[in-house]
This record gives sequence, C-alpha cells and structure tokens, in this order.
Amino acid sequence: MPVLDAKGHVVTDAWVRIADDAPLPDAPAILSLARLRAETLAGRNAPLGLALDPATQPEEIAELLPRLALVAVPLPKSKDGRAFTQARALREHFGFTGEIRATGHVLPDQWRMLRRCGVSTVELPEGADAAQWQRSRDVIDIAYQPSPSEMTEDGAPPAGSALGLRRRRLAA
Amino acid sequence: MNAFVAPIALPNPAHPAQARTYRYDAVDREFLQERIAEFSDQIARRLRGELTEDEFKPLRLMNGLYLQLHAYMYRIAIPYGILNATQLRQLAMIARRWDRGYGHFTTRQNIQFNWTRLEDVPDIMRALADVDMHAIQTSGNCIRNTTTDEYAGADPEEAADPRIYAEIIRQWSTLHPEFTWLPRKFKIAITGAPQDRVAMQVHDVGLVVKRDAAGAIGFEIWAGGGLGRTPVLATKLRDWVPEAELLAYLEAVLRVYNALGNRDNIYKARIKILVRDMGDAFRERVEREFARLPQRAYRLDPEVVAEIAAHFAPPPFARLADNPPAYAAALAGNAEFAAWAKQSVRAHRQPGYASVTISLKPIGGIPGDASAEQMEAVARLAERHSFGEIRVSHVQNLVLPHVRQEDLPAVWQGLREAGLATPNIGLVSDIIACPGMDYCALATARSIPVAQMISERFADLDRQHDIGECFINISGCINACGHHHVGHIGILGVDKRGAESYQITLGGSATNDAALGELVGPGFPYDKVTDAVETILRTYLAERAAGERFVDTYRRIGLGPFKEALYASA
Ligand code: SF4
Repeated sequence: MPVLDAKGHVVTDAWVRIADDAPLPDAPAILSLARLRAETLAGRNAPLGLALDPATQPEEIAELLPRLALVAVPLPKSKDGRAFTQARALREHFGFTGEIRATGHVLPDQWRMLRRCGVSTVELPEGADAAQWQRSRDVIDIAYQPSPSEMTEDGAPPAGSALGLRRRRLAA
Repeated sequence: MNAFVAPIALPNPAHPAQARTYRYDAVDREFLQERIAEFSDQIARRLRGELTEDEFKPLRLMNGLYLQLHAYMYRIAIPYGILNATQLRQLAMIARRWDRGYGHFTTRQNIQFNWTRLEDVPDIMRALADVDMHAIQTSGNCIRNTTTDEYAGADPEEAADPRIYAEIIRQWSTLHPEFTWLPRKFKIAITGAPQDRVAMQVHDVGLVVKRDAAGAIGFEIWAGGGLGRTPVLATKLRDWVPEAELLAYLEAVLRVYNALGNRDNIYKARIKILVRDMGDAFRERVEREFARLPQRAYRLDPEVVAEIAAHFAPPPFARLADNPPAYAAALAGNAEFAAWAKQSVRAHRQPGYASVTISLKPIGGIPGDASAEQMEAVARLAERHSFGEIRVSHVQNLVLPHVRQEDLPAVWQGLREAGLATPNIGLVSDIIACPGMDYCALATARSIPVAQMISERFADLDRQHDIGECFINISGCINACGHHHVGHIGILGVDKRGAESYQITLGGSATNDAALGELVGPGFPYDKVTDAVETILRTYLAERAAGERFVDTYRRIGLGPFKEALYASA
C-alpha cells in the first residue's frame, strides 16, 4: 500500500507486513507483538517494526522500543482515536524517535492532529488523493495548545511561531 | 475586588459593549475562518461522495450539525454562557433569516436552531464569525462547551472567578490534537461559588476553583459524573491541584479515558462507566500519568492567566448604595413588580447593583425558547442596563448580570413588554424539559407538551409562590437530556407497549447536596401525569413543616406518603 510521508508525498512502502506464520524476511518487516516476542532476534540486522493493537498500552512494549524502527498505530474505524494517545505516549513518555505510522481507516481530516501527536507517516488506501491530504493538513495552521512535535521543553512555542497566550502557528 | 472607577453615566447603546467575556483578536478570527474553510471543504467532499455518511457524521457533529426528526439542528456555542448584546442580536437575525424566528437555549448554556437547512450552514457560519461566534465542538465525541455559574463575577459569595478558567479550558480544548476522537462526548463544568449552580457532580469532569489560606488558586477535581441511562455522581479525584498544573491534570484524566474508555458499546462509553468500573485504580492511573507528563510543557503560566483574567475585569461600576429610593418605592407600591423582584432579582457583590434572571418559561410556553424579538429586547436592555452583557443559565433562562437597583423597575417594564417578566424563577413552572418527541429522533415520549400542561395547571402564581422552590425536570427518553434524575420532581417519558408512560422520581438534586431521585412507583399515562404532579405537591403542602422546601419535606418523610397518595385509589 502507498504511504504518505512526513512531507506529504506519496511514496512506495519500504516495509512489509509479516503474518504470524510467514517466514521472516531479511528486509524491513512489521510484526505483531506476539510474533515479535516469540522471535529470536539476536543477529538480525534488517529493521523491525511492530503493529500495535489498539488496546495495547505503550508501556507494555517499552522494553522492545530500542529494537524498533517503526511502530504502527491503528485506527480500526476513523472515529476510534486511541492511536492519538498511543503515539503521544510513545514520543512523550518513552522518547521513541523512530517512525510512527497510522494505519487503518484514517481520514485526511485527521492527519494534522495525528502529526501533532507524533505520527510521522500514514498508510494510505490505494488511489488516495495526496493533494486532498495536504489540503486537509494545511487548512488550519493555528493551534491553541502545544504538542510533542512542536514542543520545547518548557512548552513555549518554537521560535517564530508564538501567537500570544498558548497559541502557535503550525509549520507546514 | 472593589476596584471602583469614578461614577459614570449610564452605558449608552452607541458605545461599544463592555461585556466581560473573552474578546477575540486577529489570531482567533483567523482561526475561525480556517475552521469555516475546513468544514465547507468537508461538506463539499460529502456532496461529491468522497466522504461516506459514516465518515462525515463525526465531522459535522463536531461542527454543531445534528440530524433531528424533521431537519438539521444547528447548535451554536455560547462559551460558558456569556454573550454580548451584539452577539445576541446576531442570533436574533439568524433566527429570523434562516430559521423560524426563534431559538432554543439549552442546559449546556448554548443555543440551538431546530430548522436549519444544510445549504444555509456556510452562510450561518459566516454570520456567526462576524460576531466571533461558532458551533465548534457543540456535539460529537469531543470536549464540549465548558459551562459555569451564570452569576460568576456578580455573586457576593464567590471565592474565585470560574470564567477565567472556563476560557482557558475552552482554548486548551479547541481542536485538541489528542482528544478530538474520544469514546464519547466529554463535558466539563466549573464553579467558583460555595453554592453549586453548575451541577458539577453530574459532569464528566467537575471543577471547583478555590483559594488556599494564602490566596493562591487551586482546583478540586471530580470525574465520572453523568446522567443518561446510568446516572452516577462524580468521584472526587483531588482536593487541590494548583493553578499552574490544571491543564496537565486535565491532560492526564483525558489521556486515561481516551486510552481505556469503552469503544464497543455506546452506552458504556462515557467516562463515568470507566471511573465506576475501575474504582480507585482510575485515580491511581491518572496520578501516574500526571506524574510522568512533562510538567513544564503543560504548565499554565501565571502570565497567561493574568492576560485572560484581564478580559473578565469588573465593568466600570458606579459607586452606589443598596436599596435606592426608586427601587424601594417600586417594591412598596407595585405588588406585581415586587412579586417578580422576589423571584428574579438577586444580590450582587457590588453595592447598588443586582443580577436579574429572565424567565424563558412563560406559562404554557416551551422552556428555553426565545423569539427573535425577545432576543432583541434582551440585547437592548443589556446595553442600557447591564454593560451589554447577557448570561445563559443551565436551567435555560437568561441573566442580566449587572443591573443598577434603581433601574430594576425600568428593566421589569422592558421585560414585561417583551413577554419576559414571568415571576416564576425557581418555582414549579420553571421547568427544564428536553426537546422530546417534538424534535428528537431518539425520543420515546413527548416532553415539551408535558411541561406546558404542568405549567398551565399551576398558572396561578400565588399557588406557585405558596409551593415555593421546586425543580421539575422532564426527559423524553432514557438519555436524560432533561436531567430528570436530579429534578426535585423528575419525569421520564418511556414507551410502554406503544403508549407513552411517565415515570416519576422524587428528591433529586444537582447542587451541593447532589442526589439522584427515587422512583415513586409505576408510570402514569400522558393525560394523568399532571394530576400526579399535583397530587405530589398537595401531599407536600399537607406534610410540610414551617420553612421546608419540597425537597426538605421529601427528605424528612421519604417516599411513603407520596406513594400512598398517588396509588391509594388504584
Ligand atoms: S432525553 Fe431523549 S428525547 Fe430528550 S433530547 Fe435527549 S435523547 Fe432526545
């Protein structure tokens, strides 16, 4: 499936999703938590990703994070917003710096907020209109609260984006 | 507090309104235009079929558009229930131009129009934006309009001003990146007065703003209250959260709810179920989340508070004395005025001033409805007599917060001419009723006509005054939008084998002594419910001890005598 990258470009996916009973390739692979736990990973060099279940709390996977280059957070339905909190906790509490990818039923209208919660990429449905995703992302560029992606340590807006009170101008 | 400004002339309608509410700047206005552009794009994509109805629905709800029985209902935000006169006039204009000439004030201090056409919505949005208003987050599974005390800033007993924090929470919750796709709607209420007028304990989060011995501001934090099918009173999470940590604490509460709230069953999705089921573990989880949040990043700086507080500075009150001769003379000389003043006029912290509650409950009328002409009349009176400021109360009335006592006769006269001087505030005909079968797609029974019948039965105001304080709340289905569980007399309309049946509960309360009412017995058919209410009130009158309100008598004698009177003959 195509992937929307952090800049809003549609790119081909370098990752493959591996079913629990399929062999593990020597290429970037996304696994379930059960598979990841079962696998002996010593000696593997190709990047590893984890497909998080919506009900799994990031703290349950904290010990795995140093081994992961990607965590996929799912929206089983567009109105199921647990991924927003999962992403934010990964960045904020566990300092995860790899790729966080939103998967499932994601709307273009959610992308701006997903990004602000720390999501870097979105798995797109086939034939998605990248221009619409960019439009939806950019239509609102004022925010009333900090978020990890634009947060300095003291919560102040990054230089040049302060708009008074707690408001800030979002970077494109 | 008593920062007197030299006496000034009466506010002149030609002068800009001095209403004390948050005043938008260029940034807030730009944001509003962006939001209009976003929703217009979403409507266009829906019309082109690029969004399914399932995908579009939460987006339109978050923009205040709700599909009712006959048409769209458009719910417009009135942040913490404060309006200036210009805004109220614009609402009158919208009512006339795009609706049927009236609007309905809600228990969440908002206003809704019941006959909105989808194609008019972009125009209405622009008309609202012209006066710094919108419909953002008035519906949907997000953080809704924060409600507060309708007498905030005027109440003589208030410990701290809740409006400042309601505005801070409004900004914090506006398009919150993490909490816009919650399991269910989320309602916050905040009070700063010893007397709870916001029904704090039946909200998802209830806040009490208070001061410590040194005068510093902090918050009591409650969570997990709510009505609906499973009524629950809130649990206190914390007795004291310092001002600077308010937003961090709210982040922690919302984060736990967003991660763990039920998403499979809509009837179990409110935070009250999570709090009830988790018990102490909920509080522990919130505390753990709070402890590991980057506190500095979520800190509410005193500079920000001070800047917001400046918007709510006292208006330029004149130096006046209480009970001026003009007021005293009118009270003594005009029984009709005196009867109105007894119910509608409330003490003010500023000598010589009063707060006036305007009844939107005329005998036989629809609770909470106001016509365009009435809105304009109130706007005019607010400009002349209340610094251009109007409040919406959670019992669906309006308030002129700061009126000179010497102007009260003129205000009463003005209200009378507009049909707004019914002297029934706090009495049996000051009823809260949800829209019910007349508008609502979920209703199982009529609600408004029941309110009208009861109101007409007790039309005699002497009788109402004799009965005294008594709150009647009516819901047209188990979802409890009319808050029947917390009415002194609660009425719930259900469907019983194809006929409306009304269950009555007694002894509920939404204030400091919050309690859920007790079911008195089997339900009553539509044409018997007014008789039942009358029987209940007759029983009260026969049983009451000196000085007892209805609810006091009920608490003393219990359900028994009421049950007997209601079902004895059956
Ligand atoms: S209580 Fe029921 S009938 Fe009344 S407004 Fe709510 S959902 Fe509709």
